[in-house]
Order: sequence, then structure tokens, then C-alpha cells
Amino acid sequence: MLDNTLVELIDAGIKRDSRWLVRGVSFNVDKGQIVTLIGPNGSGKSTTAQMLLGVLKPDEGIVKKRPKTVISYLPQKLSIDWTLPIRVEHFMKMTGKVSNEDVRSALVSTGVEHLFGADLRILSGGEFQRVMIARAIARKPDLIVLDEPVQGVDFKGMLELYELINRLRDELSCGVVLISHDLHIVMASSDNVICLNGHVCCSGTPKLVSESEEYLALFGRQVAPGLALYEHKHDHTHGTDGSLIDDNEKSSSVAG
Amino acid sequence: MLDDFFLRAIIAGICVALIAGPLGCFVIWRRLSYFGDTLSHASLLGVAVAILLETNFTFSIFVVSGAVSLFLIYLRVKTSLPSDALLGLLAHSVLAVGIVVLGFMTWVRIDLLSLLFGDILAVSVTDIWLIFFGGILVLLTLAAIWRPLFADTVSPDLAEAEGMRPKLVRIIFTLMLALVISVSIKIVGVLLITGLLIIPAAAARNLASGPIQMAFISMITGSIAVVCGLFSSLTWDTSSGPSIVVTALVLFILTLLPLNRIRSVLGNYSERLSNRGIKQ
Repeated sequence: MLDNTLVELIDAGIKRDSRWLVRGVSFNVDKGQIVTLIGPNGSGKSTTAQMLLGVLKPDEGIVKKRPKTVISYLPQKLSIDWTLPIRVEHFMKMTGKVSNEDVRSALVSTGVEHLFGADLRILSGGEFQRVMIARAIARKPDLIVLDEPVQGVDFKGMLELYELINRLRDELSCGVVLISHDLHIVMASSDNVICLNGHVCCSGTPKLVSESEEYLALFGRQVAPGLALYEHKHDHTHGTDGSLIDDNEKSSSVAG
Repeated sequence: MLDDFFLRAIIAGICVALIAGPLGCFVIWRRLSYFGDTLSHASLLGVAVAILLETNFTFSIFVVSGAVSLFLIYLRVKTSLPSDALLGLLAHSVLAVGIVVLGFMTWVRIDLLSLLFGDILAVSVTDIWLIFFGGILVLLTLAAIWRPLFADTVSPDLAEAEGMRPKLVRIIFTLMLALVISVSIKIVGVLLITGLLIIPAAAARNLASGPIQMAFISMITGSIAVVCGLFSSLTWDTSSGPSIVVTALVLFILTLLPLNRIRSVLGNYSERLSNRGIKQ
């Protein structure tokens, strides 16, 4: 394990009830590197992330972490119970001492500084996601693991957040693990893309993945026009998704 | 009017309320109400063991309910039964074992009613010391593990990933819960301990805007319930446990009143008064 390597997986796998959720996964995350995990539902993306974090112990293989690595984790789902009176401020300081200035500047960087004293349960999906990202940043981590960080965030916001993650990697020179089912947007910012479906289907730099026959076999060719269409919309609406939603509403009202 | 036994009960009761407050908040947040019930069922077996070995009640109840709670954690990992089924299984089997063991000890006559509903006459000086030092130990431990325990309550995966060691913290919390239940049995009784844990915390939820604030309000509410409850118990000669829980219930109902409106009406009134003062 090199000095620059934050975490390394060697042939790691997780088994549940004699079924392998994911197996034979090998890759490493270095400082200043963005690694993107993609794959269909149930392909073991989140399981791989949890193995990397140490939440799950591998049933096979090895997971090596650099000692004294500060980790921030943004889980895919997090629900706050009504019985828990918790404000954004408390949430930001939940797993470690963080100064108010750091909390504020993290909230500023995700564009939700006005939510500092807000009740966590009244936030919208997109706002909550931005607060979660801000919490991950405020810890000044060596390694950030983001499980679908842009869910519930609109298209413009998504581009901003990817830009922010990019900038963070440069500023903190931290390693980033990004889980996504959206290959197209992720491709632009990641150093290494790992396509999972129970095992590592293929991996490499973004361009290589989209050219890979294995990837096309997994998602089918019909997905490719969908992704292209997404890009097309972007060109015409200059980064807002308003017209995309309108189109859907029109077509559904015609159908109904 | 303030007899020695009553003073002892008040001191013990307030200590119990002060530790039950913050722990009760976690019981509510982590949805562990039935866990409290299970531990209090186990206390009957603790009493039987105490009589058999001629040891202190509080101590043996703590050992038995602590063992039961650790067994529960073990079962959760080892079996795929849902938590509520496991809790039901443990609560009733331990209760049954306790009653059977007591039944074998034909030479023993215990006052079941005082065990079930609390008996302030039974609080000894030794109990007070146990509750006092046990309480200080619990509060210090809770302060030390507050951050990881809270993070684990919000998201176990996140707590584990960010190095908060939630598994260890969970075990410590469970043992603290067993300790609180064992020290509060003489005051509130087996049947109503969960009430003392949950009702003040529920009342605090209606008033609090942050987790630590909720813990402190819960401590205050619990203490008021204990003091008022014990006085009414003395006045009307009712069992101490039910009196305390009824008082806590009254406090809970009071917190449901539209406090913000009352507050704003009072605020307007005092503003008007001060304005008038300026004019004059």
C-alpha cells in the first residue's frame, strides 16, 4: 500500500445467505482521486461502499485503510424520526466537533447557508441532500464517500454540486468515492469509473467505459439515446430542467 | 410532616428522574419502549435471585436485567426474528421464570403489590447511596458517549463509517438502561418504570427544539412529576408509582396546550404594558 492510497480493496466480497451480493472487487482510492461506482439497481454499489467504509466486514478478500483517515459518509437514505428535535446546526456537528465558521462556510458552499437554524425534518429532498453534502465537507475529510449525492437535486443544482465536489477534491486533496446510476454526468469529473454488477464488469477512465462492449451489454443500446437526449436538453435549456418537466407533463396529459 | 422515609423517597426519586430523563429521550428516539418493558419484567427474576442469594435487590435486578439485555443483543444478531417478537419472547419467558422460581421458594412471602407499583417505605439508606452513585455514574457515562450514541440514533451506518464505534456504545447504553430500571423499581414499581422513562421525555419533545435541550427539559419534568407524585401519594395514601406517572401524564397534557399562542398573547400584553409605561 502506497502512502497516497487511502483505501484499498483486494478481491473483496460480501455474502448473504449463501448468495454473493458482490465478489472479487479490487480497486483503490488515492488522495485527490475521484472514483465513481456505477451499475444497475442491486448491483452491489452501496454494498461495496459500505465494505470500503468498514460498515460491512468482507466475507472474502481484504479491505485496507490508511490509519487515521478522516472519513465522511453520505448514505443513500437517511430518515429523521419526528421524535428527534434536530436542527441543521446539530446535524452538522453530529459526529465530531466542528466550529460554527466551518459549518457556515460548508453550508455556503452548497448554497444553503440560510438553513443553519432550520429544523431538519422540514427540509425538501434537495435541501436535505445539500445539507448532507455540507456536513460531509465540514469535517474536512481525507476521504468522502457519497452514495447518490444528487438525488432530489434539480439538474442545475446537480451540475453545481458536481462542480463543488470537483473543487473540493482540489482544495482538500481528498479522495472521493461517488456512487451513481447516471454515467453521463459523472464521466466528466471522475478519474476512474468502476462498473459493478455483482462483480467488476469493467473499469477505467470515463471514455473507456462508454466504449466498452461489456457496458453496452449490461445497459443495452436503448439507454445510450436516453443519455444523449439528456445532453441535448442541456444544450437547449442552458442547464435548467424546466422544459424537460413540461414535456413530460404534456405527453402524460395527452395520454390521459 | 417530612418523615425520614419520605425524605429518602424524595431524594431517591429525584435522582431517578434525573437519570431517567436523558435516557428516556434515547428510548423514544430509538423506539425502545418495549425494551424498557422487557427489562422491567426481568426484574421479578432479579428479586427472586436476590432473596435466594440474600443479596441487595437493586444489585441483583441490575445483574439480571443487564444479562437479559445482552442476551437480547446477541439474539438480534443470531436470529432473523423481528425485534418485537424477540422482546415479547424474552419479556414473558423471564417473567414466567421469575414467578416459577419465587413459587419454589415456599418460605418466602413477598409483597407483590409494592413490587409492581413501588413502595416508598422500602427505600433504605443503602438504596439512596446506590441510586446516588449509580446516577452520577450513568450521567457521566452518558455525557461521555453522547455524541456517538446520538449519531448512531440518527444513522447507524453513518456512525460506523465515521469511526464512532456504535456497537460498543449501544452495549453501554443498554447496560445503563438496566441500571436505571433496577434503581427505580422501589420508587415506581415494575409495571410503571417505562412510564417514568417515556412520559417526561414525550412532554419534553413538545417543548424542545434541540436534542440536548430535550434531555434537560425531560429531567426537569421528571423531577417535578416525582416530587408532586410523592406528595400526593403521602396525602391521599396512594401507591407511589401510579401517583408519579399520573403527575407526569398531567404535565404531558399541559405541554400539548397551544403554548406558542399563549406566549405570543402574553408577549403582546407585556408589550402593551411597557408601551403604556413609556407614554405615561
